[in-house]
Amino acid sequence: MRKVAVVGAGLTRFMRRAQETGPELAWLAASQALESCGLGLKDVDSVAIGTAPDAFDGVHMKGEYLAPGAGGWGRPVTRPYAGGGTGVLVPIHAWFNVASGLFDVCLVVAEEKMSTCHPHPQGAFVTIFDNILERPLEPNLIWIFALEMQRYMDTYGITKEEIALVSVKNKRNGLDHPSTHVAEEITVKDVMESEVMVSPVNRLDVSPVSDGAAAIVLVSEDVARRISDNPVWIDGIGWNLDTAYWTNRDLAYPSYVERAARMAYKMAGITEPRKQINVVEPYDPFSYKELHHLEGLLLCDKGQAAKITADGVTQRNGDMPVSPSGGLLGVGNPIAAAGLMKVAEIFWQLRGEAGRRQVPGQPKVGLAQAWGDLMQVGTVVVMRVD
Amino acid sequence: MTERTLPGTPLSDEDMQQGKVLTLNWPASLRYEWDTGVAIGRFLRELKNGRIIGRSCHRCQRVLIPPRMFCERCFRPTDAWQFVQDSGSVNTYSLSHLRWDASRVEEPILVAVIEIDGSSQGGLLHYLGDVRPEEIHIGMKVKAVWKPAEEREGSILDIRHFRPIDTAQDGPA
Ligand SMILES: [Zn+2]
Repeated sequence: MRKVAVVGAGLTRFMRRAQETGPELAWLAASQALESCGLGLKDVDSVAIGTAPDAFDGVHMKGEYLAPGAGGWGRPVTRPYAGGGTGVLVPIHAWFNVASGLFDVCLVVAEEKMSTCHPHPQGAFVTIFDNILERPLEPNLIWIFALEMQRYMDTYGITKEEIALVSVKNKRNGLDHPSTHVAEEITVKDVMESEVMVSPVNRLDVSPVSDGAAAIVLVSEDVARRISDNPVWIDGIGWNLDTAYWTNRDLAYPSYVERAARMAYKMAGITEPRKQINVVEPYDPFSYKELHHLEGLLLCDKGQAAKITADGVTQRNGDMPVSPSGGLLGVGNPIAAAGLMKVAEIFWQLRGEAGRRQVPGQPKVGLAQAWGDLMQVGTVVVMRVD
Repeated sequence: MTERTLPGTPLSDEDMQQGKVLTLNWPASLRYEWDTGVAIGRFLRELKNGRIIGRSCHRCQRVLIPPRMFCERCFRPTDAWQFVQDSGSVNTYSLSHLRWDASRVEEPILVAVIEIDGSSQGGLLHYLGDVRPEEIHIGMKVKAVWKPAEEREGSILDIRHFRPIDTAQDGPA
């Protein structure tokens, strides 16, 4: 298989409610990504589009709906889907397009507009629960997170205060991100005193609902060498799905994330992830999820992610910076676009182009991860600069 | 890219109230009628009878709750119906201040994953009841509180909720 590189990226602002439609947001991100690497639509061989449930928009065939704004006119277009894991599944899918030799340039676009669904997009999330055994109980989306967080805390003896440090860090990191609509300086006390939504989840433990788009450009090695001085290589990809019978699972540990990570590490030749990976963007829709995912990614021992967070290891200037972008908690969470924003962040970090967000020490290897469906899918990419 | 202003036009509540942008409303009105299937169909029928039934796989030795006609691990048909207890233990729990549509409730809804006794880590999402929130803990032994037989209709709601096992009333757990 051929080597594949990321050579360009683009983002819109993340907003609680955007005036732009989905296709307009897709256009703003996609055109920017192409422009950033000096390519135009004529250079694009294929297009991969990522967007989460259609129910948010009330528009069926959302891939087709977005395609005109995503550079999809008259081209091979696909829309891979894995719920919240979509934002990192789309570049994985795009990697096939290029690594296989079928295409030299694949434009990757992710968009979400959650403000459309009223009174609240959580009303659309009820449809992810088992239609016969769970929906009659009228579950709220946050139930499954709260249930998982409680089990995680109980299994390892982790406190809510320790978990709140993730929100404090990511919302502070987000202050330096130009897309943010939720960054702020907060304290653990602020998190603890914010309203309880579904215990143990408080309002400041949760990322917002957002509108926004992200795009990156994936190319073959030949094209990368020709148009870019500093391509970022996709060295490893991995993804894995656990059972939809979520009430049968071990909720304290995301073994599907571990399986996805091991797949990506093997491909990238990563044998000691804690030493070899310099910067990490794990999926953080809820504060505890960053910790859960660091453990699943084998970047710390089970139950130890809260400790390394408290010790400052995951700060931008720590030994293993985590979510230097600000993540979903600090930038915003337009679902698929948020996952792809994490891939874009690793791209900028490895090129030394992250500005005020730049982690020190010229990182060479980075990882982005997303997660979703019914708490059951892990999607991972490992990226590297020469 | 970091320092420059990114595109996108945020709208505030005020913008919406003042009608600065045009919107179009469309209420979705759809109805679905789901067939409950072979495995869950039987499971629901037994709930109507006041019993919980699973399916066993003789290869991996699991008793599956919710039941399925296939074992997703062995990828073969499951072998037999097997009644399990209407008791279990709390695998995890939560107090929800939100309804399904994110509106707030006065009294928190008590929800849990219950590991059903006699199943292999088989869990059901359900409510807890007849319990003070502060008493709920992981590992707590609980028992189903059924609706009266004449009110049961073959639904997960035939179980009202799970309540703590009371050794005086229920005998030793
Ligand atoms: Zn089996």
